[in-house]
Amino acid sequence: MRDLPASEITRIFRAEYGRAVAVLVRVLGDIDLAEEAVQDAFTAAVERWPAAGLPPSPAGWIITTARNRAIDRLRREASRDDRHAQAALLHTSSAPIEGEGVVPDDRLRLIFTCCHPALSISAQVALTLRLLGGLSTAEIAHAFLVPEPTMAQRLVRAKGKIRDAGIPYRVPSEAELPDRLHAVLAVVYLIFNEGYAASSGDHLVREDLSAEAIRLGRLLTELMPDEPEVRGLLALMLLVDSRRAARTSPDGALVLLADQDRAQWDDELIEEGRAIVRDCLRRDQPGPYQIQAAINAVHSEGRPTDWVQIKQLYDQLLGMAPSPIVALHRAVAVAEVDGPMTALALVDELDLGQHHVFHAVRADLLRRLGRDAEAAAAYEAAIDRAGNASERDFLRRRRAALSI
Amino acid sequence: MKHYLLSVYQPEGTPPAPEVLNQIMQDLDQLNREMRSAGVWVFSGGLNHPNTATVLRLDGGEILTTDGPFAEGKEYLGGFTIINAADLDAALVWGRKLAQAVPLPIEVRPFADVR
Repeated sequence: MRDLPASEITRIFRAEYGRAVAVLVRVLGDIDLAEEAVQDAFTAAVERWPAAGLPPSPAGWIITTARNRAIDRLRREASRDDRHAQAALLHTSSAPIEGEGVVPDDRLRLIFTCCHPALSISAQVALTLRLLGGLSTAEIAHAFLVPEPTMAQRLVRAKGKIRDAGIPYRVPSEAELPDRLHAVLAVVYLIFNEGYAASSGDHLVREDLSAEAIRLGRLLTELMPDEPEVRGLLALMLLVDSRRAARTSPDGALVLLADQDRAQWDDELIEEGRAIVRDCLRRDQPGPYQIQAAINAVHSEGRPTDWVQIKQLYDQLLGMAPSPIVALHRAVAVAEVDGPMTALALVDELDLGQHHVFHAVRADLLRRLGRDAEAAAAYEAAIDRAGNASERDFLRRRRAALSI
Repeated sequence: MKHYLLSVYQPEGTPPAPEVLNQIMQDLDQLNREMRSAGVWVFSGGLNHPNTATVLRLDGGEILTTDGPFAEGKEYLGGFTIINAADLDAALVWGRKLAQAVPLPIEVRPFADVR
């Protein structure tokens, strides 16, 4: 018999957690009950699997066991006149259970519930990682640098609001879908970005969060194959992530795209990302994530970088989703095509004084124009506002390289 | 079905011009009719200014009566509607219509369940 260590059981549960919780939320009508039931199934698996061996369908086993344990538990509690348990039991008996109880829509429903705009963004992110990603409260707390009790309380409050305010467990109607889908994609991209350029802390990259976001992106693509922006987001994350190894030097310092060792780029991720971008072009329903993916696809091509095309893509993005941040990134492309003077005039019009990136872009343009004193001041402003130690170190080195 | 309270938050200061207010009242009437015919309407009403309020509180076994309002603020509860809705999304659909008619911030809040 194959040896089945506890770490392997933990890994399987982590991988199947979202699916199992999603089914059980539908069957039990309650997130806490669903989580408890899956936890019960985990305990049962740790007892049974090492001796009995891995079941043919671990996901099916987890769901069936969790459901049975939950019903046993509810029967016990309902007989003690617990009205909450009685209500849940009633819900359970009326919920359809097909085969192993897996309805393809369940995880999609759960994503839309977790990313409901009536919840705060931080709660949406935490719930998505907890319920769909299967991350523990401790892991999420660690990733966002908050104490575990704070994160636990955030999750409890969010689940309480879902229950008490009646946030539905349902894929939104056609009319609501574009807005609601946008909220879901924003949460996944936020998780990715937090993993890619941690807004605070000592490490530039938190790979676990980026990997989780890509996993969620793949899941969404599987669940909503006909939504071009879902594909666009996945391609964007793959292409950005393909440069992860080259983005930091061995000592953890930030390396700019132009200075990166391209041999360290992940060709597999680049090819997968590019293929999705090509597919999006064929579908011809452009959106902001697809365009950002296309920009990154251009960056992933050989040297010299086609800045004219990148500038055109930013023009298109700015027309579609106007924001000062997009305008700032466009200005970086303008600097390459029309020179730093033209770019600086564009940057100076933007009201982004709070953002370290704004000051960093200004500093670089001023440096290229030979205006070192102004560049130094802009680097100082950027250093003051950067929350991430690697980014601060990078800016300090650039500042130190100036002739003043 | 759950009950939801849709509260209208009004800023302190001069009220809108009469013709603007007229339009708002017409839109509100129209929305209330729509809510009734959809079977979601439970109750609605506009409130008088907070300086017309009186506060009562138990103090050492006696009820103390003072001039209100209970809490001074830059915004106050201007009016409210109670609706019956299947879930938050259904309540938010009506809340959005109210926010468009009034047009002031609307707080949508569920009543506590009485099982």
